[in-house]
Amino acid sequence: MTRILLSSVAAAAVLASTHGAVAQTEIQFWHAMGGNLGEAVNAQVEGFNKSQTEYKVTPVYKGSYTETLTAAIAAFRAKQAPHLVQVFEVGTANMMAAKGAVYPVYQLMADAKEPFDPKAFVGPVTGYYSTTDGKLLSMPFNSSTPVLYWNKELLQKAGLDPNKPPTTWPELGEMAKKAVAAGAKCGFTPQWQTWTMIENFGAWHNLPYATKDNGFGGIDIELKFNDAPRVKHIATLAEWSKDKTFVYGGREGKSTTLFNAGDCAFHIASSATASAIEKALGKDKFGIGMMPYWPDVIAKPQNSIIGGATLWVLQGKPAPEYKGVAKFLSYLSSGPVQAKWHQETGYVPVSLAAAEITDKDGFYKTNPGRDIAVKELTLNPPTANSKGLRIGNFVQIRDIVDSELENVWSGKKDAKTALDDAVKAGNEQLKRFEAANK
Amino acid sequence: MEKRVTFNERWLPYLLVGPQIIITLVFFFWPSGQAIYQSVLIEDAFGGNSKFVYLDNFIRLFSDASYYASARLTVVFSFLVAAIGLALSLLLAVMADRIIRGATAYKAFLVWPYAVAPAVAGVLWGFLFNPSVGIVAWMLQGIGIEFNYVINGNQALLLVVIAAVWNQISYNFLFFLAGLQSIPKSLIEAAAIDGAGPGRRFWDIIFPLLSPVGFFLLVVNIIYAFFGTFGVVDALTKGGPGHATNILVYKVYNDGFRGQDLGGSSAQSVILMIVVIALTVVQFRFIERRVHY
Repeated sequence: MTRILLSSVAAAAVLASTHGAVAQTEIQFWHAMGGNLGEAVNAQVEGFNKSQTEYKVTPVYKGSYTETLTAAIAAFRAKQAPHLVQVFEVGTANMMAAKGAVYPVYQLMADAKEPFDPKAFVGPVTGYYSTTDGKLLSMPFNSSTPVLYWNKELLQKAGLDPNKPPTTWPELGEMAKKAVAAGAKCGFTPQWQTWTMIENFGAWHNLPYATKDNGFGGIDIELKFNDAPRVKHIATLAEWSKDKTFVYGGREGKSTTLFNAGDCAFHIASSATASAIEKALGKDKFGIGMMPYWPDVIAKPQNSIIGGATLWVLQGKPAPEYKGVAKFLSYLSSGPVQAKWHQETGYVPVSLAAAEITDKDGFYKTNPGRDIAVKELTLNPPTANSKGLRIGNFVQIRDIVDSELENVWSGKKDAKTALDDAVKAGNEQLKRFEAANK
Repeated sequence: MEKRVTFNERWLPYLLVGPQIIITLVFFFWPSGQAIYQSVLIEDAFGGNSKFVYLDNFIRLFSDASYYASARLTVVFSFLVAAIGLALSLLLAVMADRIIRGATAYKAFLVWPYAVAPAVAGVLWGFLFNPSVGIVAWMLQGIGIEFNYVINGNQALLLVVIAAVWNQISYNFLFFLAGLQSIPKSLIEAAAIDGAGPGRRFWDIIFPLLSPVGFFLLVVNIIYAFFGTFGVVDALTKGGPGHATNILVYKVYNDGFRGQDLGGSSAQSVILMIVVIALTVVQFRFIERRVHY
């Protein structure tokens, strides 16, 4: 059944792509950015198409990340793959394992003789997608990192200073409790709980997520996130949920509805959520700060890791076309293009130059807090625990962690049992990934 | 002299059933064959590294506690959807059959939900019961019931069952109504003259005569609960919270399409295929015998 479905998806994709310019070499670019983000992507592509005459990039919106990846896989199997496809960060290990399907970016740039300096990039952004010896595999496109948002009105109502965010978890707990006591419906709610409360929590406190440098060193790895600090953290949140100091708002980005409705005092969410929050609450009604940390685990926070997606180049096209792909990637990662993207969307810039341009523009002065994401990512040189994650079957493992955390929030399991069970079930997935890719 | 029209060409019957056979082969046998083939392989999503692993995918499923949990959940879920759906629509059909004034409008309204796609039905019910903005959740809170299907697994299951039943009720209703209207009035009148009350008439005459329709709907509803409810689950809960609504068909999708584990996912579809074939055989062999045509 899958094969049929896959090939029909591919056939539809081919039909959609047949009308295009004839004289220019066409480059297919499949992405998962809808709405405002999709328009920003189209603007980037248009900029590239106008900048030269040899190539024409055709952006195609393929739906969610999962749908885009599934469509690309189907198209690849039917030998109709696009040149470029946007894949979310959790798919990295699976993409790397797909031998013969992907064309590593460092190799593409070398083959196309396109000037390319990985050192110009923001370390933790490219590090996530590089081999252990620093070779970039896919081009970071939209990257974000979790930051702390707070509702100034709710803090004021509770008699707290609306311009002084908490820096540690105990502080956040106390402030959130006060806000709830003063009538807030919810003290704190996190977005993408697996990403913010488990994965980034680990990097921020310099704790391993998995063995072998979080999977960067090999695929025969085991999960490690059931350590004492994380058990304590989840148990604390569960304790807080009794009086609404902590409220669980659903998987992925669903909890942002609560914060945007003005119900919650604190929210940990992707830096790319900033513009949506600004629309909902108003520009001066919320603050952006660094994530809190546990002072008994680490004296000072390490650095955060990213989420988001990268562009993977797929194999199977004639060599001259790849020259155009390389040119397009260079254009995308250039300073001004990245600066515009960063300011419009809230995603972090790939290059350090883009951050500098944005700073010079005075953007951070008029939009306070928008520089927090880059600050968090570059807080300290990344360690083996905070470089990123390279986990096979990561989509399933995140689902497992989501389910087990939900078991904690509903009171079915205590934090220790839930995290232990998540590690156990997750390790099964890793064994399976290892078996498939030996 | 032969009076019936006959065709002596040998190929004609094959030609006539040909399109049907081709459709069956292309859309049923080929995909099923693919699923069986994939179920004995482990491969990465792009089709490289393909390895024949015998029945490893099946062995892994049968030693996985969460698979049994999902199977048990599916049994409970299907039973609830089929039982509640059939009971409610039978009740509605009996009522609609009795109405004299405005019967057409009443029937038209009852058929409407069928025009709503399962995914949309899921979104609609999700809105009504949304813990922060849902009007029903708000009203429930007013009478002291905390309804939060995002955290509470039983409430999530209940909501999925409600949405699934609501979506299927029109279909059941139409068949029951047609069944009711095909029962000869004379039988019921005769019973009435003999002094049987409405309840007695229903259980002794109408219900047995409705049993062929009821049996057909039972088969259709169980298959609906197994497969057709996918959209409702996807739009409402995505299988969560925990694994509270992770029914087998959703697990197949999740492992195959989100997790790119085609081998494991195909093995699950093969098992589902066997279960549904077995269920249908059982229904036709044992339950159908008690049905009066």
